[in-house]
Amino acid sequence: MATEAHGAEEGGLVFHPMDQFIIKPLFGNPDQPIGLFTITNATLWMALAVVAVVLLMVWGSARRAIVPSRKQSIAELAYGFVHKMVEDVAGKDALVFFPYVMTLFMFIVMANFLGLLPMSFTTTSHFAVTVVLAMLVFLTVTIVGFVKNGAAFLGLFWVSSAPLALRPILAIIELISYFVRPVSHSIRLAGNVMAGHAVIKVFAGFAAIAVVSPVSVVAITAMYGLEVLVAFIQAYVFTILTCVYLKDALHPSH
Amino acid sequence: MEGQLQLAHIGAGLAAIGSGAAAIGVGNVAGNYLAGALRNPSAAASQTATLFIGIAFAEALGIFSFLVALLLMFAV
Repeated sequence: MATEAHGAEEGGLVFHPMDQFIIKPLFGNPDQPIGLFTITNATLWMALAVVAVVLLMVWGSARRAIVPSRKQSIAELAYGFVHKMVEDVAGKDALVFFPYVMTLFMFIVMANFLGLLPMSFTTTSHFAVTVVLAMLVFLTVTIVGFVKNGAAFLGLFWVSSAPLALRPILAIIELISYFVRPVSHSIRLAGNVMAGHAVIKVFAGFAAIAVVSPVSVVAITAMYGLEVLVAFIQAYVFTILTCVYLKDALHPSH
Repeated sequence: MEGQLQLAHIGAGLAAIGSGAAAIGVGNVAGNYLAGALRNPSAAASQTATLFIGIAFAEALGIFSFLVALLLMFAV
């Protein structure tokens, strides 16, 4: 990632499109080394995402009205949406993991949407954040698979419906695809979010040139609309893939 | 060292071709979904999850080329 600030003299743009992803300490000397407990803009916006989720879910469902208010409708909609997703994709016995999947979905969707606010920081554009989320999913799925099925979980790699001669080759492919899961799972989210934000910044850089500025303002608006869509869809895809992996762990037969 | 950096940037640009290939794949998935959905609209709603899983898997390989580009830009 862009760790050092790029000067304007390097490229033609007024600012570098990747500058928005630089992690800075919020308090004290801006050049101090960032340790595990340094409060940075990344930790601030992650905390804000958690606070926003808690506010929405707790405050929204506090009144438990029969005719829901707008806040309660949104909270109920999100709950029902994820509940149905887990039930449909991973099966009824995966509902034990519903709180985990719900937490993942709400955190990612809130972090994505907070990142769309002007002057904010997008935490999900950082691999450090998404890799942790994806590795946790990967470890959960692997451990659950072995705890629930024992050695039968290895049947996931032994495609019993294929001809015998093909099975060892397929086993290698399945093994690779299994271990690539956390990579693609995390990079899909971070890559999409980061690329979208960088494209907006590139168009914003062109807005300084008078001749093309109307075009670039229109382009920023269009990209922003697309990014709102992407922010939700990527959270949805991350969650639904978690459900798919959970289904594999609970029912490893092909 | 300078020439190596320039070559890395060219490589990053070449890796962007992979994104275009992934775009073809995603377009195939979505287009075939739409074709199927128009033939049998009543079954379309139940297959949206499959649609997104298919798009996600098709996109994953494009994302790898994006990863290669990033590695060439910032890690080489």
